[in-house]
Amino acid sequence: MTKNPVRRFNWTPGLIVGIVLLGAMALVGIIAPFLLSDSANALGDRSLPPSAEHLLGTDQSGHDMFARSLVATRLTLMMTLGATAIAVLIGIVIGTSVWLLPRRGREISLRVIDTMVAFPGLLLALVVAAILGAGAIPAVIAIGFAGIPTFARLTANLAAQVSQREYVSTARLLGVGDRRIVTDHMLPNMAEPLFVLAASNFAQSLTAISALSFVGLGVQSPQYDYGKLLNEALPSLLAGRPEQTVGPAVLIVITGLAAMLLGDGLAAAADPRAGRRTASLGIRRSATGAAASSASVSGDAMVVVDNLVISTTAGKPLVKGISFHINRGEIVGIVGESGSGKSLTAMSVARLLPEGLDATANSMGLDNLDLLGRVDPKVLAQTLSLIYQDPGSTFNPALKMGTQLTEVLRTHRGQSRSVARKTILEALRRVRMTLPEKRMGQHPHELSGGMRQRAMIAAAMATSPSLIIADEPTTALDVTVQAEILREIKRLNRDFSTAVMFISHDIGVVKALCDRVLVMNGGEIVEEIDAKLLTVENATHPYTKALLAATPSVTERLAELPVLDWRTAAAEQAATAKEEEVAR
Amino acid sequence: MSDNMMEVRDLVVQFGSGSQAVTVLKGVSASVGIGRTVGLVGESGSGKSTLAKALVGTVRPTSGSITIGGVDTATLTRGDRASMRRRVQMIPQDPYSSLDPRRTIGQAIAEAIDPKRPDVKKHRETILEWLRTVRMPEDTIDRYPHEFSGGQRQRVAIARGLVLRPEFVVADEITSALDVSVQAEILNLVARLRQELNLSMLFISHNLAVVRHVSDDVIVLYQGEIVEQGPAEQVYSDPQHPYTRSLLDSVPGAPGFSID
Repeated sequence: MTKNPVRRFNWTPGLIVGIVLLGAMALVGIIAPFLLSDSANALGDRSLPPSAEHLLGTDQSGHDMFARSLVATRLTLMMTLGATAIAVLIGIVIGTSVWLLPRRGREISLRVIDTMVAFPGLLLALVVAAILGAGAIPAVIAIGFAGIPTFARLTANLAAQVSQREYVSTARLLGVGDRRIVTDHMLPNMAEPLFVLAASNFAQSLTAISALSFVGLGVQSPQYDYGKLLNEALPSLLAGRPEQTVGPAVLIVITGLAAMLLGDGLAAAADPRAGRRTASLGIRRSATGAAASSASVSGDAMVVVDNLVISTTAGKPLVKGISFHINRGEIVGIVGESGSGKSLTAMSVARLLPEGLDATANSMGLDNLDLLGRVDPKVLAQTLSLIYQDPGSTFNPALKMGTQLTEVLRTHRGQSRSVARKTILEALRRVRMTLPEKRMGQHPHELSGGMRQRAMIAAAMATSPSLIIADEPTTALDVTVQAEILREIKRLNRDFSTAVMFISHDIGVVKALCDRVLVMNGGEIVEEIDAKLLTVENATHPYTKALLAATPSVTERLAELPVLDWRTAAAEQAATAKEEEVAR
Repeated sequence: MSDNMMEVRDLVVQFGSGSQAVTVLKGVSASVGIGRTVGLVGESGSGKSTLAKALVGTVRPTSGSITIGGVDTATLTRGDRASMRRRVQMIPQDPYSSLDPRRTIGQAIAEAIDPKRPDVKKHRETILEWLRTVRMPEDTIDRYPHEFSGGQRQRVAIARGLVLRPEFVVADEITSALDVSVQAEILNLVARLRQELNLSMLFISHNLAVVRHVSDDVIVLYQGEIVEQGPAEQVYSDPQHPYTRSLLDSVPGAPGFSID
């Protein structure tokens, strides 16, 4: 399996700090009013500087600022929570229900939300507060409502992705109602990002509510929150006593920071790519290989791979020590099912292993390059070309074909635009592309899948490589187009004696095209066989036999496709071989 | 009426309007007999998926008629259409994306049984019976999709599609996301269920060999038109239309295929 949905929760330091801080603030909010209300309301000497008795001094009415700041935490947190709840809940309802509307209604609703997002939230809050009058509850409603459009928009974006998933359309077909589609299918699959967004909304609401109270439109005396405390501290600040603002200001910063850290931490924890190594490691020479001289490829061989081992950094083996060679002008097929390691093998020859893998080999050579040592990317790009599976996604949709096709020639060969264009036009003609001049000026979407694949093959051929690695190049294509592309590859191989490493899951394709076939299973090459001999009768390994037998044929229909238990057969075969050896 | 489970007549499906209009199906007439499996082959853009969507009711035909179980779908009221949706089931293509990662297999199947009030406990016996039918262990019911391989998920998707005992099943490329050995298992499973449950099925695939393996009859679709239809043996051994012939000759390993 390539996907691993069960992820370990990623406890980043930021997340832990955020949780601890927010927990501490919540605790203060709960406890402080019980313990400190009396001292917070007690009137003493006015406008005192900080002292042992009054840690943050007193305000101009004589209240202890330290106690007052801590007591204000409860009201501030509750108001912020209230506003966040309004924004999040109503935002989610609007954002998801938009996707249940018919197309037209949805478009209109989304535009309305867009317009509201463009309207400044604080301005909206001021208007609402002005209408409802100043006070704690109007402030909560004002800030809550001001936060709805943004949250609705973000939810709508998330819902847009989820509602396109096949399980949602399947549920619709089964007759599941709208409400259930939202609660059972959409929301659970949006939960993580929504939680993260809610945390950042909390931080925004905190500053917005504090700002509202600060300008006098929020909490009114005798109640007080952080913003109100700042509002009361303003005359002192102007009179040159800034210490009175310290308590509420610091607490706002701490709470806001805690919420942001929590949000970012959750986002990082939800991102499967977080915490992984980012740099590709390259392939190291194994201990035994280091003893041997750096083997350059000799004689007829174009590619030599000796004891290639690839594993995840966690130690799970993916390719278990395989060795093979490809001769000049030879087409070698690597066939196997998903997880067999065939693509990794191909990518390691191109030095394009994905991140987070650990690879070693005794030796690996391509032409006269030592792939385990330093390789000039320019030389590599001229020796080797790649053809990928999906011609739809390998081209940049925004650029014209000509720009993309000539890129390799311009960067690696240093050819001028006009020379590169000429070379590519010739290559396009060679792969029998219709109207090559016109194609150069077109964008990828204007070409059919078969034409894009032809264009990719043309670009691959333009550098006159000695080896082409083709990773499932016809899998995404129709069968008639596949036949043409296969013939094209064969013709190029014949005319220019380019070696080809052809990766495929389709044993029929490999048999038709290749000279020699390597059958891979579970990271090992289980059989190496002449393509002409690739039949159930001639194959020696039970897995190869099973693969051949399980492939349905157009020429005959079997009552049941044999699903061979090849593992048992392989074990038996190994046992017999051992017995024979012992007998000898 | 005849003994056809599904019949389409002069079906035209057009997307867009005016000069932008694209006609995807250009007057298709075909039928699936009761208890028979009809293979539908065609290349990308031939309109095979559009035909499937029209049959399950997610695409509205521009003209022409669709009759399923003797009922013309155009005459259905809103309520009838809901029940028709349950009588015609589609087994989706991709076993990875068609199961909600946050719901157990039991919940997924319970939802098919009763979309209004899915209740795993109440329908436990039915769900277990179907899991046994598709040869999945019983504890599958409480597990999540990610715990299973592609082939196992496709078994679950098949169980979910068949649990309502639909009269007519549309299988759209159900093996194209699977490995060859897993594909063989699923094809054998479909062949077995077809016998046991006397299914009437439209089996859509771009893979000619796969279609041949499961179908009684074959329809060849090319650019929105049916170019050939008939018993599978006949179409494969003696194709009449040049397109069918070129299609068959393009399969590597087929007698007419040549790499040169």
